[in-house]
Amino acid sequence: MSAHVLYVAAAYGVSALVLAGLALWILADQKARRREMAALEAAGVRRRSDARDSRTGGSHTGGSSARGFNA
Amino acid sequence: MSETAAARPARWTDLANPTRFIALADRLVPWLAALSALVVAAGLWLAFAAPEDYQQGATVRIMYIHVPFAWLAMMCYSIMAISSLGTLVWRHPLADVSVKAAAPIGAVFTLLSLITGSIWGKPMWGTWWVWDARLTSVFVLFLMYLGLIALTRALDDPARSAKAAAVVTLVGFVNIPIIKFSVDWWNTLHQPASVIRLDGPTIHPTMLWPLLTCAIGFTLMFATLHLMAMRTEILRRRVAAMRRMAARAADAGETAR
Repeated sequence: MSAHVLYVAAAYGVSALVLAGLALWILADQKARRREMAALEAAGVRRRSDARDSRTGGSHTGGSSARGFNA
Repeated sequence: MSETAAARPARWTDLANPTRFIALADRLVPWLAALSALVVAAGLWLAFAAPEDYQQGATVRIMYIHVPFAWLAMMCYSIMAISSLGTLVWRHPLADVSVKAAAPIGAVFTLLSLITGSIWGKPMWGTWWVWDARLTSVFVLFLMYLGLIALTRALDDPARSAKAAAVVTLVGFVNIPIIKFSVDWWNTLHQPASVIRLDGPTIHPTMLWPLLTCAIGFTLMFATLHLMAMRTEILRRRVAAMRRMAARAADAGETAR
């Protein structure tokens, strides 16, 4: 009887650990990619679709974005 | 862009636009996460309130996680197979993002169904493992997940591995009906289907309802994780594209100088 409870506890314990690991891995990946994206945006790199919007504002060209990225 | 979006009714094809997909995921993920936590908690509570099996005693409680994990292992692969059709037939831009994001999640659920099944098998069958049809076919599914994880991450340009991964996924789909019917076609220690069968479930309602609640809860959990992983994958590709653009622009700037 008590041995059976141990098997049940082991199954639930391993499952909880592995699922928590999966969730943490997905969250860590998300955090790292968001940080990379924020760093690129802070450096002035624009996506092509964003560049179109900023060009209408007259403030942004491809050349300046490259210099911004190097700076 | 927003004007054209407002001018016509929303359609499912709108999800082909990654920006719109991210907006949708941002809105859905918190709700899905909360809902899955709630339903899994309710399911586990019901599972431990359910009566013990007259033959299996307490070990029957392993069923409430083992069965949902096994269902999800097959459901995840089916989603990947449908997504692969999306890559090959409709050239849906998010289809291969879906395949790549789902593979590790499916691998984890398959591994957990093998582990929990093994822990259940030891006290009930007297062995951790047998190489019979059901167990072996699920083990093959696990290996296929590992192969697809490697394949979807093998090349720097994801567009180039997308087609190969889609073809392999579709060829491997033949394993899914084999897993499902393995308990009917071959001699096996594993019990036959007791929930999804033509003559209705043969499992008592006091155990069926906790099981279904757990299954819905873990399915919601899968949906949450898959959406999050897809969102991150889109972000990863954007970062790569922006780095390429910046490098190209820097190159052009240097030759001009």
